[in-house]
Amino acid sequence: MTLASQSFAVANPISALADMLAHPFIVHALLAGTAIAIVCGLVGYFVVLRGQVFAGDALGHVAYTGAFAALALGLDLRIGMFAATVGAGLILGLLGGRSIADDVTIGTVFSWVLGLGVFFLAYYTTHDSTSNGAANVNVLFGSIFGISTSDMWAAVAVAAVLAVAILTIARPLLFASVDSAVAGAAGVPVRALGALFLALVGATAAEASQIVGALLLFGLLAAPAAAARRFTPDPWRALWLAALLATASVWAGIVISYVAPALPVSFAIMSVAAALYAMSFLRHTWARPASSPVHGAVM
Amino acid sequence: MGSGLSWDPAYDVQLMFSYPFMVNAFRAGTIVAVIAATIGWFMVLRAQSFAGHTLAVVGFPGAAAATWLGVATGYGYFGFCVAGALVIAALPQHTGRNASAEQSAVIGTVQAFALACGYLFVSLYKGFLSGMTNLLFGTIVGVTNTEVLVLLASAVPCLGVLIAIGRPLLFASIDPDLARARGVPVRAVGALFLVLLGVAAAGTSQVTGSLLVFALLVAPAATAHKLTSRPSVGIAAAIVFALLATWIGETLAFFTVYPIGFWVTTVSFAGYLSASIWRALADRAGRSPRVSAPASAPAGARS
Repeated sequence: MTLASQSFAVANPISALADMLAHPFIVHALLAGTAIAIVCGLVGYFVVLRGQVFAGDALGHVAYTGAFAALALGLDLRIGMFAATVGAGLILGLLGGRSIADDVTIGTVFSWVLGLGVFFLAYYTTHDSTSNGAANVNVLFGSIFGISTSDMWAAVAVAAVLAVAILTIARPLLFASVDSAVAGAAGVPVRALGALFLALVGATAAEASQIVGALLLFGLLAAPAAAARRFTPDPWRALWLAALLATASVWAGIVISYVAPALPVSFAIMSVAAALYAMSFLRHTWARPASSPVHGAVM
Repeated sequence: MGSGLSWDPAYDVQLMFSYPFMVNAFRAGTIVAVIAATIGWFMVLRAQSFAGHTLAVVGFPGAAAATWLGVATGYGYFGFCVAGALVIAALPQHTGRNASAEQSAVIGTVQAFALACGYLFVSLYKGFLSGMTNLLFGTIVGVTNTEVLVLLASAVPCLGVLIAIGRPLLFASIDPDLARARGVPVRAVGALFLVLLGVAAAGTSQVTGSLLVFALLVAPAATAHKLTSRPSVGIAAAIVFALLATWIGETLAFFTVYPIGFWVTTVSFAGYLSASIWRALADRAGRSPRVSAPASAPAGARS
């Protein structure tokens, strides 16, 4: 991170890379970031496909409030985050999401939830003398460079469980997302699947909050997945491409922020993801007309 | 602030207004409540509440950039919110929650990127990280006389334009096709309204912070829509609810350690919840023929 190492970076990329990887915090960030990015891409693909980006936004608000409720109670903030987001995801899913409540009600409820988070933040910072002053910024915008070895392994383990879970339900979920009526008639438990999926989105939101923060995580869910959907019409390819693009965003963001420390890492990650999405529009305009048939059967 | 209450309400009020910053907070809050409730009433009618939310989020990097450059945050809010409104107006798309999968992904990405840019400007301006909470969640301290004047100077023309286009806007919001057939320039009226919404979102952000604008811009208007569908009564009721939420929120923020963002969202959410329950009971009793359904009314409202 010194000037010397930066000028060296221009001269010799290989040894600059070795330099970078000699920092344990970079290695932790890369490993945890890769695991979480893969889950974000996989889950994000279905989030975009099902038009539930705003549920991701709402669950980010819930993650913030859950984190500070846990800190106010003296618990680990991750416990609060996971409990709140998984619970809220299940409730959203069981209520039926879009059909029950209009956007005014949903917006007002989640705005109040965020207001409650501000209450817990104030409680935490005024009542706890050992309170961590950076906690607010870390929860809002992530702290991927502050991940310890044990945190990293925990994040990787949770990400692995989530990835297995989403891949297990991927096939029926895809069916239910594309045509819920036919899927229901074919015996797919559409409603239960939707609730389970939103619970998974909740857990993913809590995971992603650790790297890009509660405010930006829905961008990491939406941008790589939406870009992948524009690059390929095949759902399975798009699913994996979403994971790949999310991982590329996290890696590129970490490197950019390492080379230019003035740029916060979550800003860099989000910029790369948004740029990839913007590129998918350019490719769409330049490339041959959209005449390629939808290959790859849904079921 | 955590000053604590005494047993004498008159003394407490006198104490609160003996601080110039509280006087300014009440002046700013009053202006914002009137403009947010009025514009918000039309916004809820047109089902554009998420456009309002997006505009407020876009205001955050504006305010952060203004701080970084050493300009008053108010200019950053207004500049970015109005510019964002012009961009949305230029896009021939829905911006509501019912937008297509692609459009909601675009809106989500734009919002997340705007917040990320705000975070960048905040961290470029070293030592401002504590002020970021105020930009996101609102504050009652630090409203200057100039900022009150800027708010007033933006609110008065904004209300003037709204009064001028009020009737065609109402027509275009309720039945755009019929309005178009009658010669109302629906698209232009809609675009003009989005600019007004940008001004309202910028003003509201300065009281509730960028993330909690729903509390003043949406909840009081939605509460009024639950109670009556008559425009004049509804707008007046929305203004009263917004004023109550702002004044109660600012007073509680002064006398307790908890910030205004929490109090304003809580008061306005309580109002919305009460009105929703009242509406549900009234509908069940079947004694209210004047049902207003803000979500379903504007079938063709586009932004």
